[in-house]
Amino acid sequence: MSEIQLTQEKADTLRNICREHANDPGELINILHKTQDILGYLPAEAQQLIAGELHIPVSRIYGVVTFYSFFSMTPKGEHPISVCMGTACYVRGAEKVLDEFKRVLKINVGETTADGRFSLSSLRCVGACGLAPVVLIGEKVYGRVVPGDVEKIISDLTKQ
Amino acid sequence: MEQMIKLQIDRHTIEVAQGTTLLSAAQSAGINIPTLCHLDMKDMCIKNAPASCRVCVVEIQGRKNLAPACATRCENGMIVHTSSPRVMNARKTVVELILSDHPNDCLICAKSGKCELQNLAARMNIREMPFAGGATSSHKSEHSVSIVRNMDKCIYCRRCESMCNDIQTVGALAAVNRGFAATISPAFGKALRDSECTYCGQCVAVCPVGALTEVDNSNRLLADLADPSKIVIVQTAPAVRAALGEEFGLPAGTSVTGKMVAALRELGFYKVFDTDFAADLTIMEEGTELLNRLNRFLQGAPDVCMPILTSCCPAWVNFFEHQFPDLLNIPSTARSPQQMFGSIAKNYWAEKMHIRREDLIVVSIMPCLAKKYECSREEFKTNGDPDVNYSLSTRELATLIKRANIDFHALRDSDFDSPLGESTGAGVIFGATGGVMEAALRTAYEIHTGKTLEKVEFENVRGWEGIRKASVNLNGFELKIGIAHGLGNARKLLEEIRRGTCEYHAIEIMACPGGCIGGGGQPLHHGNPELLHARTRALYEEDRKKPIRKSHENPYIQKLYEEYLGKPMSEKAHRLLHTHYFNKNIIPTN
Repeated sequence: MSEIQLTQEKADTLRNICREHANDPGELINILHKTQDILGYLPAEAQQLIAGELHIPVSRIYGVVTFYSFFSMTPKGEHPISVCMGTACYVRGAEKVLDEFKRVLKINVGETTADGRFSLSSLRCVGACGLAPVVLIGEKVYGRVVPGDVEKIISDLTKQ
Repeated sequence: MEQMIKLQIDRHTIEVAQGTTLLSAAQSAGINIPTLCHLDMKDMCIKNAPASCRVCVVEIQGRKNLAPACATRCENGMIVHTSSPRVMNARKTVVELILSDHPNDCLICAKSGKCELQNLAARMNIREMPFAGGATSSHKSEHSVSIVRNMDKCIYCRRCESMCNDIQTVGALAAVNRGFAATISPAFGKALRDSECTYCGQCVAVCPVGALTEVDNSNRLLADLADPSKIVIVQTAPAVRAALGEEFGLPAGTSVTGKMVAALRELGFYKVFDTDFAADLTIMEEGTELLNRLNRFLQGAPDVCMPILTSCCPAWVNFFEHQFPDLLNIPSTARSPQQMFGSIAKNYWAEKMHIRREDLIVVSIMPCLAKKYECSREEFKTNGDPDVNYSLSTRELATLIKRANIDFHALRDSDFDSPLGESTGAGVIFGATGGVMEAALRTAYEIHTGKTLEKVEFENVRGWEGIRKASVNLNGFELKIGIAHGLGNARKLLEEIRRGTCEYHAIEIMACPGGCIGGGGQPLHHGNPELLHARTRALYEEDRKKPIRKSHENPYIQKLYEEYLGKPMSEKAHRLLHTHYFNKNIIPTN
C-alpha cells in the first residue's frame, strides 16, 4: 500500500476541496483546478487521495490530468515561465523565443530545471496581443520579447 | 403505446420503435453495416457505444454530412443509404486512416485471423496504405502473468475501458494522454500487476485487434511434453468443452468433451483428468463450510459472519482483495477447483502413483486468464513448485490442436482417466453463472435435511439477470441465496454487505458475464450474446446426461475422503484444499 506523501495539512485541505464539491465525480475538473492552485501541480498522491474521496478509479483521474494540457504532474519552478503561442505571438516569432528559453534553461516544455528555479510551458493567448510576443513569468508580463532578451531575463531572475 | 417510426434504408421500408439507432434498424432489415468500436450485447448489459471509429457512416438524404449509424436515431421519413459510392469511399478512407497508425505485422500477430480490423480491411478491399508516414504511436508493451498489452496496436475503440470500468467496475484501465501519445493504461503508466487489475480478461475478450491478448503458454507446454524426464498431466475446466468446438467451426453450444479428451491424448499428456472432479471436491469443502457457518450463525455465535461467498473464481478473489479488503473473512476459504486439483494431483495422486513431485507437471486448460495468475500465487506453491504449473486458455488449446495436425472433426470420443477424471453433473455446471450455487444446494440440502432431492435442478438460481435471488427451504429454515455475475454486479452485493443490509446467507459470484462460459480465455464472441447462451445450454445438457448429478455421490470423491482426507474441513483438507486472502488495496484508505 502506498503512503500519502502529502502533509496532513495539505491532505486535509484537499479533502475539504472535495467536500466543498460534495465529493461529486462530475466536479472532478474543478477539484483538480483548485488542487493545482494549492499544490502548484497534481502529484500522484493527490490524485490517489481525490480518487478515494470521490470513489472513482485513480486511473480515470490520471486520464483527465494527462488529457488537459493545463494540468501538470511536474512541480512548477520558483519562476514559472509561460511563452504565449497564440496566433499573434506566434506570427511575431514566439517559437524562436520559446526555443531560446529551452536552449538557455536546457529543459523542454512541461519540465522544470533540476534546481527547481525555472519551469517552462506554453499557453494560448493572454489577451495582450498588442505586446506580442508575450512571455508570462509568475505574475509579470514581458512584452515584445526577442530571443536576444532571454539570457538577460534569466540572469536577472537568477540574481533575485 | 410505443411510438413507431417509418423510414427507408436502402430499398427497405421499415418501421421501428422510437429511439432505435440506424444501426439496429438496418440490422432488423438484414443489412449488416460494418462497425468496429461498437459493442452491444443486449441482455448481457455489455455496451460500448462511443461512436468514435466512424466505420459505420451512412448517407441520409438531405443531410450534408455522413452520419454514424450507431449513434444516429431513426426519424420519420428518413431515406438512408448504407452503401452508396460516397459511403463506401468514406468508410474505406476511415479504415485506411486507422491503418495509418497501426503496425502492419498481421502475419505474426496473435490476433491474426480473428482480428476485426483485419476483417474490415479485407471487406473494404484495401490494397494500399495511402496515408503512410507521420508519427506513429510507440508505446511500451507489457507482459503480465495473464495478459499481454501491446498498445501500438490499439485503435482507441475504448471497448476495454468500458469493460474494465462500466461492466467490471475494476477501474484499472483508462484512456490517458492525447494525440499520438494517447493510450489505454493503468494510472501513472503503471504495469497491470501494480494496478487494481483482476486479470478477468474481459478487456481481452472484447479487444477487436491484437492490442490485448493472453500470455501464450503453448510453447512451454510443447517443451514439457517432449521432455522424457517429465510426467505431464492435464485438467480441463467445465466451460472449455462447451466452447472449444467453435474454434473448429462447430455450431456454438456443441459439447465436444469426448473429442477434447481425445485431442489432449493425441498431444501426448500422460493422463487427461477433469477439473470437474475438483469441482465436486470444492462442493464438499465449500458446502460443509457453508453448513458449519450457518449452524453456528443460527446458534448465535458472535464471531460468525454471514453471508458466505464462493471463492472459485480467481478474478473475483483478486477483486475483493483489492477493493474490499475489509471483507476478507467473508468468502469461503475453499480453494478454486483448479487449485484443489493441483493440490490433490501433486500430493495424493503423485504419492499413490509413486511419482516424485519434481517430475510431475500439472497443466490446466481454462476458459479464463486469471487462472494463469492464480497458478503463480505463492500460497499455492510447495518449495517454489506450483501445484498447477501453468494454465492454457481454450483459445490456446485450439491453436495447439491445429498446430499439431490433429483433425479435430475426425477424432473419436475418449473418456477422462480415472480417478481424477470422474465427475458428476454438479461439477459440470460450475461453468455457468448460478452453477456453483446449484451444485452446492444439491449437496447441502441432502446433507442438512437427510432427505433425497426429488428434483436435482434448482431452476430458480439459473438465468441471466446480473443479480438473482432465490430461497431454499432447509427443514423449515429459509436459506436465502444471491447470485451475481460480472464484477459490477458483485460490487453491488459487496456494498450491501458492507452497509449491513445484505439479506443473503450464501452468495455465488463469477467475475465474467455469464460465468466461466464467457471467460476471458474463451473463443472470441465478437459481440454475439447468442454464443454465450448456447454454451450455457450445452453445460446444462451435459449435466442432464450424467448418471450421477450430486457431488457427494461421486464415488471417487468418497474414496478420496476415506483413503486420504478424512472428512470435509479436516485438518488435512484444510491444509491442502483451503487458503487465505490478502489485503491488496493500492489506494490509501483515508
